[in-house]
Amino acid sequence: MEQFLQQLTNGLAVGGIYALIALGYTMVYGVMKLINFAHGDLFSCGAYLGLTLLTGLALQDRVGPVAGLLVLAVLVVVLVALLGAILERAAYRPLRESPRLSAVVSALGASIFLQNALMLVYGARFQVYPSGVLPEIAVSVLGVQVPLMRILVVLVSLVMMGALYLFVQRTKVGTAIRAAAIDQGAARLMGIDVNRVILLVFLIGPALGGAAGLMVGLYYGQIGYQMGLLYGMKAFTAAILGGIGNIPGAMVGGLLLGVVESLGAAYVSLAWKDAIAFLVLILILIVRPTGLLGERVAEKV
Amino acid sequence: MSALLEIREATKVFGGLTAVNKVSFDVKQGQIVGLIGPNGAGKTTVFNLITGNYRADGGTITFDGRSLAGLRTHRIVQLGIARTFQNIRLFQQLSAVENVLAGRHCRTGAGALAAMLRLPGQRREEREAAERAAAELSFVGLRGQAMELARNLSYGNQRKLEIARALATDPRLVILDEPAGGMNENETEELIGLIRRIQARGITVLLIEHDMSLVMKACENIVVLEYGARIAMGPPEAVKQDRRVIEAYLGTDEELA
Repeated sequence: MEQFLQQLTNGLAVGGIYALIALGYTMVYGVMKLINFAHGDLFSCGAYLGLTLLTGLALQDRVGPVAGLLVLAVLVVVLVALLGAILERAAYRPLRESPRLSAVVSALGASIFLQNALMLVYGARFQVYPSGVLPEIAVSVLGVQVPLMRILVVLVSLVMMGALYLFVQRTKVGTAIRAAAIDQGAARLMGIDVNRVILLVFLIGPALGGAAGLMVGLYYGQIGYQMGLLYGMKAFTAAILGGIGNIPGAMVGGLLLGVVESLGAAYVSLAWKDAIAFLVLILILIVRPTGLLGERVAEKV
Repeated sequence: MSALLEIREATKVFGGLTAVNKVSFDVKQGQIVGLIGPNGAGKTTVFNLITGNYRADGGTITFDGRSLAGLRTHRIVQLGIARTFQNIRLFQQLSAVENVLAGRHCRTGAGALAAMLRLPGQRREEREAAERAAAELSFVGLRGQAMELARNLSYGNQRKLEIARALATDPRLVILDEPAGGMNENETEELIGLIRRIQARGITVLLIEHDMSLVMKACENIVVLEYGARIAMGPPEAVKQDRRVIEAYLGTDEELA
């Protein structure tokens, strides 16, 4: 029971991170029908920017541990969101009218560019987050000692997902995003500036991804310039698992993948952890090709 | 009365086919104008030129004295031209009221940041947009179906919902592409009433329609196209008796017979 709960909470933490990244994939896909392969690397940028700001600004010494962490989080989120917007401007907007494959190639190029930029700036070795950013205490959950950081990761990702869901479902801007995802042409003819919707999606997705990167740095302590590859792939899997283009789907897919992977690693085989994640994907796609919450979309003729 | 929409020698060429050939006509403020013609005459192409879907290969289109050339589609909507589609293009997975809200989007100013922070001005705007959306749904007679997904509405109601969504953009000119398509006689009769009520709100209406009874009853002015060119223009009684119009319509019947 003890081990199960430990693995479950760990799975939820990892799953929350997958879900945050997956939202970036799924929102961009929803509006542009494009897989932003550079998204995983924006997530890495979040982790590295977090490290630089954490050590460089010494915010925690200046404004206190909690306020310092909050300011750090806001800075990382804003900066990565801006990076996302720059990426959209530089890599995707010039190709808006081109065949879709051109944008995919551009996405792959942007991914390689970002990875190498991180390597050149920070070096190819793993970097380590300073310890003691948060007090290393454990909290008792149902009689099991769970690290505070893990609980924070779960809570923060759930809150961010909830906020995004409300934003997309309840506000007018959210309605515009959903409308543009269904029919860009009709959305334009209803006065929606689709270019602005796309820009917005490229601000929100990377913002969430950047937050996930910071949390990975704080939670695991170690980051590498290629970390975006595996996390990106897992998150992409999560997005497909839930139904690509579907926002609640990415959330459910991410959490589910994290939990399955974590439990699989504990009870089946640690070495097969990643294989289990992709096995789940294959199984679900056999039963439900559109993903858990995805809708069957009629092929446009 | 001044012309709200002026089309002068508008031309559109697709490959070797001249879909619209030097077509000129005016739509005066407050009128209901019908654009008719056999299939393939270029009617929808004219609509697409007006709304900026296609770029004209020649001629000018001015709305309220302002050239529409080169304007992006959503800007044209902001100037006050809204439209519906021949093949319904609702946001099928959204509810009826959300479809209308999407149309309201261009008239509300608060951006994404304000929405995330739930600023008071933005909340008021959301509330006003919701009230307006509800009002437009009642206007077209869909008040009871607000929460229904667009795709679950009947065909006739989907057409009405498209009109409500167009009206939510605060248009001065609304362009209806075959609004009676797929409607039965009763529904068409209702639609004529709806079009007149749109006119009563001071909104100018330009429509394409194959249902001649609707066109003759509802329109004050009719423009007839054939093979991309204008062959007649005038009030219904005059157009009905125009020799070229009769030939264009009956001629095809004779060939078939």
